[in-house]
Amino acid sequence: MRQKFTTLSSTVVPLPIENIDTDQIIPARFLKATTREGFGENLFRDWRYDKDGNPKPSFVMNSPIYKGEILVAGKNFGCGSSREHAAWAIDGAGFRAVVSSFFADIFRNNALNNGLLPVVVSEEMLAEIFKAAEENASMELHIDLPAQTIEIVGTEIKESFEIAPYKKQCLMSGYDDVDFLVSIHSEIESFEKR
Amino acid sequence: MNTLFDKIWDSHTVRVLDGGSCVLYIDRQYIHEVTSPQAFAGLRKRGIGVFRPAQVTASPDHNIPTKNQHLPIAEPQSAQQVATLEKNCAENGIRIFPIGSERNGIIHVIGPQTGLTQPGMTIVCGDSHTSTHGALGCIAFGIGTSEVEMALASQCILQSKPKSMRINVEGELKPCVCSKDIILYIISKLGTGGGTGYFVEFAGSAIRSLSMEARMTICNMSIEMGARGGMIAPDSTTFDYLRGREFAPKGEEWEKAVERWSKLRSDDDAVFDKEITFDAADIEPMITYGTNPGMGIAVNGEIPSSEGMDSASKISYAKALGYMNFTEGDKMVGKPVDYVFVGSCTNGRIEDLRTFANFVKGRKKAENITAWIVPGSKEVERMAIEEGLRDILEEAGFELRQPGCSACLAMNEDKIPAGKYCVATSNRNFEGRQGPEARTLLAGPLVAAAAAVTGVITDPRTMM
Ligand code: SF4
Repeated sequence: MRQKFTTLSSTVVPLPIENIDTDQIIPARFLKATTREGFGENLFRDWRYDKDGNPKPSFVMNSPIYKGEILVAGKNFGCGSSREHAAWAIDGAGFRAVVSSFFADIFRNNALNNGLLPVVVSEEMLAEIFKAAEENASMELHIDLPAQTIEIVGTEIKESFEIAPYKKQCLMSGYDDVDFLVSIHSEIESFEKR
Repeated sequence: MNTLFDKIWDSHTVRVLDGGSCVLYIDRQYIHEVTSPQAFAGLRKRGIGVFRPAQVTASPDHNIPTKNQHLPIAEPQSAQQVATLEKNCAENGIRIFPIGSERNGIIHVIGPQTGLTQPGMTIVCGDSHTSTHGALGCIAFGIGTSEVEMALASQCILQSKPKSMRINVEGELKPCVCSKDIILYIISKLGTGGGTGYFVEFAGSAIRSLSMEARMTICNMSIEMGARGGMIAPDSTTFDYLRGREFAPKGEEWEKAVERWSKLRSDDDAVFDKEITFDAADIEPMITYGTNPGMGIAVNGEIPSSEGMDSASKISYAKALGYMNFTEGDKMVGKPVDYVFVGSCTNGRIEDLRTFANFVKGRKKAENITAWIVPGSKEVERMAIEEGLRDILEEAGFELRQPGCSACLAMNEDKIPAGKYCVATSNRNFEGRQGPEARTLLAGPLVAAAAAVTGVITDPRTMM
């Protein structure tokens, strides 16, 4: 079972870039692995590290001030190939939610399948978040999954977001599809006997 | 008024969730070494086992060499993926057909060949070309790694029901036109996104007239037009193909099964979300000239002009032709070829090898051609040897390799070098698919044979 997701207050890692594709999130050369673990270290590999593996100080994940469990990214996040490794990498790097104004379809599903909450906000709200984070790195977002709201802590800026009821339940109970399907084994067994 | 797809889908739906997602029961799961390791790791982490191991079958195919299969795999990561598959199967009591064993092969070749794939079933595999199995009248489609884990854990996956499309091909096919030409033609007409969101039933007299193996080629490539999968209603061709196969029902069970399977067809008044009809007589032997499977034309045709395309399409069209080093208006016939690859889950079956061998019989491989003739399974290899096809091939200067995915994708040792042209009977011509900067021309086994003996792209009809 995964960590349950109800509410989350956290500082953010802002990445104000649009159309971040899965090749940037996790480059193809890391796909021959046989485990799901370890992808977090290679999240944004080519943005984060130089050829010799030294951290690039200019990249936000290497900044001493921007830390947190919420990644905030520009429009159309997660486009490109369907590799599930992209969601594994973000999850593996310790993020629990990604905020953007638009997600690529497959990425969004892959994220939900891996307990990572994609939160869609309006363009205006996204701009506000980037602005607030730039002005103050200790700015926090508060995500309330049961109420389906997101707000910039200490401000009036607040929005509601959409999520499918079944997926919401999965996240809130810390369940994923596998846990759900395992929980209905007896129903599946009686189906088999029909 | 149900479609064939509805009938199978509905009878496998355990429960429908809020929002329309279905818990779909899976009769057969196939696994290979590339997309399964993380799923098994996931089960271990949860402390659960495989729910119905007897319904799962594994075969390593992507990473394996097609020569010297008795030796250990040289590339360490490939060797590790294959070893991990073997270990996971042993630990979970899953049937596996190891490298070099009698039943090893590309998973989409051995499913039908062993009779594991049967009409009316639901079948999944962590591989997009799982659609192949739909040729026997089942719902078969590719899934992601999380879904592989779901199916292992519960023999079910969560899935929303796709829309329905029927593609009819009516009338008689011209001489030298094979099923690969039919599907390349359809994709060239509908585009690589033409089937997105749909599950396709192929029907019509031209489809009915095809052999079982030829039907598999059509369903195999149904996903190259974006469809979730393809299927063909089972008939006497299907039953004749399956009868007596290792895992097919036997005796009285067989009779009952055929009776059941015979009812698997779309009702006369079934309504499809989309229906398209093609005239078989319009289809010529095909070849692709670009970098997606929708860029196909008649082998004796010319590369289309970009006139009338919007500016974004023009840019990607120019990029594709640039990659291939072709020019609009070029004739395909006469263009030089360096490699010929016959194989893959699309055209690596015995009928394909027969077609190729019959054509090259009494002819010689062109000097400039490197040819890889790769059976789709150990069984296909055995038949090719027994039927004397290997002798014919060797006589003509070709070599029969050992089974595997081979040059279909650049994951094992068989890679096409940068800049070289390869006429391939496989299914994808994306940039780099057969090796970095390799240039792929997709075609059927007959067009491949004509290129192999002439060294250039040739219309096989001029040589019959
Ligand atoms: S032959 Fe090619 S398409 Fe078929 S399973 Fe192997 S790699 Fe995939």
